[in-house]
Amino acid sequence: MASIDYPLERPKVQEREFSFSEALYSWVATVDHKRLGLMYIVSALIFFVVAGIMATVIRAQLAFPNGHVVGPDTFNRLFTMHGTTMVFLVGMPMVAGFSNYLVPLMIGARDMAFPRLNAFGFWIFLFGGLLLYFSYIGGSGLSGTGSAPDVGWFAYAPLTSRAFSRGSSTDYWAIGVLVAGFGSIASAINVIATTACMRCPGMTLSRMPMFVWVMLVDSWMIVLVLPPLSAGQIMLLLDRYLGAHFFDTQAGGSAILWQHIFWIFGHPEVYILIFPAFAILSEVIPVFSRKPLFGRPAMVGAIVAIGFISMGVWAHHMFAVGMTAWSNTFFAAASMLVGIPTGIKIFNWTATMYGGKLRLDTPLLFCLGFLLQFLVAGLTGIMLAVAPFDWQLHDSYFVVAHFHFTLIGGLIFGLFAGMYYWFPKATGRLLSDKLGKWHFWLLCIGFNMTFIPLHFAGLLGMPRRIYTYMPGRGWESWNLVASIGVIFQIAGILCFVWNVLRSAKRGEVAGDDPWDGWTLEWATSSPPPEYNFEKLPVVRSSRPLWDLKHPQDPDWKYE
Amino acid sequence: MHALFVLLLQVQVPGVPEKRITNIFKPLAGPASEEKTIAVLTLAITGVIFVVVGALITYTIWRFRRKPGDDSQQEPPQVYGSNQIEVAWTVIPILIVFVLIGVSARVIASVENASPPKSMLKATIIGHQWWWEVHYPDYGIATANEIHVPVAGKEKTATYLQLQSQDVIHSFWVPQLAGKWDLVPNRTNYMWIDPQEPGVYLGNCAEYCGTQHANMLLRVIAQPKAEFQAWAASEQKPAVDNPQLTGAKAAFESLSCINCHTIKGTRALGKFGPDLTHLMSRQTLAAGMLTNTRDNLRAWVDDPQAIKPGSLMPSFKLNDKELDQVVAYLESLK
Repeated sequence: MASIDYPLERPKVQEREFSFSEALYSWVATVDHKRLGLMYIVSALIFFVVAGIMATVIRAQLAFPNGHVVGPDTFNRLFTMHGTTMVFLVGMPMVAGFSNYLVPLMIGARDMAFPRLNAFGFWIFLFGGLLLYFSYIGGSGLSGTGSAPDVGWFAYAPLTSRAFSRGSSTDYWAIGVLVAGFGSIASAINVIATTACMRCPGMTLSRMPMFVWVMLVDSWMIVLVLPPLSAGQIMLLLDRYLGAHFFDTQAGGSAILWQHIFWIFGHPEVYILIFPAFAILSEVIPVFSRKPLFGRPAMVGAIVAIGFISMGVWAHHMFAVGMTAWSNTFFAAASMLVGIPTGIKIFNWTATMYGGKLRLDTPLLFCLGFLLQFLVAGLTGIMLAVAPFDWQLHDSYFVVAHFHFTLIGGLIFGLFAGMYYWFPKATGRLLSDKLGKWHFWLLCIGFNMTFIPLHFAGLLGMPRRIYTYMPGRGWESWNLVASIGVIFQIAGILCFVWNVLRSAKRGEVAGDDPWDGWTLEWATSSPPPEYNFEKLPVVRSSRPLWDLKHPQDPDWKYE
Repeated sequence: MHALFVLLLQVQVPGVPEKRITNIFKPLAGPASEEKTIAVLTLAITGVIFVVVGALITYTIWRFRRKPGDDSQQEPPQVYGSNQIEVAWTVIPILIVFVLIGVSARVIASVENASPPKSMLKATIIGHQWWWEVHYPDYGIATANEIHVPVAGKEKTATYLQLQSQDVIHSFWVPQLAGKWDLVPNRTNYMWIDPQEPGVYLGNCAEYCGTQHANMLLRVIAQPKAEFQAWAASEQKPAVDNPQLTGAKAAFESLSCINCHTIKGTRALGKFGPDLTHLMSRQTLAAGMLTNTRDNLRAWVDDPQAIKPGSLMPSFKLNDKELDQVVAYLESLK
């Protein structure tokens, strides 16, 4: 592809063979933001496969009425661990992984502000994740009655109290997630400090790549909302071990208090999870449309607005707990308001493509999948925000379908776009586009086949989190089609795994700048050396590489 | 396993049509109807948005895709944005959102703050892991899992439900009658239903409440007023005392059944399980899992864990003779 004449002195990559133990040591002891970023992403992908296997068992159980693949206790553990894993051990490390790898490269820095805090963050996250999974062995505790957590990923009180959750399973949930959360907070503080202090000369906030902007807002949100969850989990542990009675209804505690604490974290959390996808789209769509991001200031404004509004919508998860009409109206209104900046983002991405020259390679395909699927997710989100409609939809399969459209159809598709886009930067080799297209289409068909029908099951009164259902309620065919869709999804993911394993060794050599990109990460070699840039770059616009490639028509003339 | 399949629910009570398809778009009571109206409006608005925006995205992809054979390095015109366009696609959604907020506010208030009609029945529903305790305070009736209510009729009778929980959070959801409302321990919630047609309305617990959340099923049995009164009158009576079953009754009273179940007029005064005074007037067993037949009843008393694993009723390992006596006695509780 196009090669550019970039004036910075090209760093030389060291070519030396490492023995296995040397290599292992270099990864375990590393404080390099790129290696930590990759370790975050690879661990997240491994947890993603584990959670996917759990989801497959869940769908197998529900394919037919009166399923007997697993019993009720196993099923309840499966959906709890699936949800907890996807949110805390896939979504959160993906945030940390992508921002770690890319933020310093994009702002022309040599590393994150706090490299050792960064390493701490990764290892504590991994420890938390493994601790959570250790519950399968250690959860039985002294009483011998527990196993993995089975209280659902939002662990509503008082189901988590010792009266209803015996053994240590809930403790593993609380401590595992708490500890993994420290990693997210550490990484978020690091991103904030890095963007605040380490931007290269000339990179004002208004010239900062959109990706970095989104991750900056994301990191602020993590710093603001993860501590309430940590506090809640500590209160829960105090309840369980020291008789604190915060959530113990039998001693005058409040079950609703847990819901408030959890969702003050939990709703901003879903925006925290989706933001990396927003960030990736804002980079991939312009490059593959050959046009700058349409309405950059509006896009920045929208992401900040989503950040703010998302802090005031949490109780839309609680429309059915018996709040007053005024509270319900307030939270319905606030929730619908989020739709406005989200709409602005979708419109601006579309406008970026309008008038461009769309290169329909795998990264853009995943972005397009995101746009259409996230549109559906946004609109079902509006339906759920209409509180009276939500009284019917709440805790039904419609909600399950809705948030899988945001987090699989949205987030996961966005992350795949990012992986196809930056894989050549991280490894020096391109992922196969042909396998990528198989991956995309199989996943797209499978995903829609699974989750479109579940909307209808919900409208027909199917509640979520049931391990079985009886025939005759009109749910059978929707569930069967949903389960068949899983087969296509698995095939798609296998294409991806094979693609990564094959291309890492034998893929087409990418060169520094395979996509003819515009941000600074494409100005260094692939993979970048440990110090990223031998000489710090100086930028004059939000697309420094465009300026270099088009000296007659640089961006800084217009910005 | 096969036996289990045979046991499973296929109830059809003569005269009372069972509404098995709990479609929220086929409401048969006030709250569900209001929710359907606003749902249809929301669907219409979001449907139009989906078609317009979806078409726009698809058109953009189609129109501006790189055509085969176009390998020129020529970049398209670089457009950075347009304030007018940004304003337009900010203002239009704001207007739409304000319409939806207004309509939502109205329906929220009309469902939550509805004043009770003159002709009103009160019922208390108490959620348990994994069954529903039902009381009619004005009649002194206690029953379980099946909630008898009068149809609205000309007097527009409504049933006010007072929702409480004994243990964890549950949620009352009978889709054709009303949206769900939670049963929260240490708190009382209220909701109301006014079924328009007689029938058996099915529903479920909608908040995950532990092992057997899936089998915490609900049946609301709406009857014409006279039938409801007749049912209530028969429920108010103490348990049938059949002199031919004195031995069976004595056997029952000697077993630990009485620690958890109440049968009015006997020694059975337990509060943990469902009231059995008029057990045979109910259509189902085990919170809607089984049809209430002799065989099912026997299988349930014999080993509840085989049917509903995790259920809080243990198997008491009764021998055949005890089992026959207990079932014979329970069968007499019309």
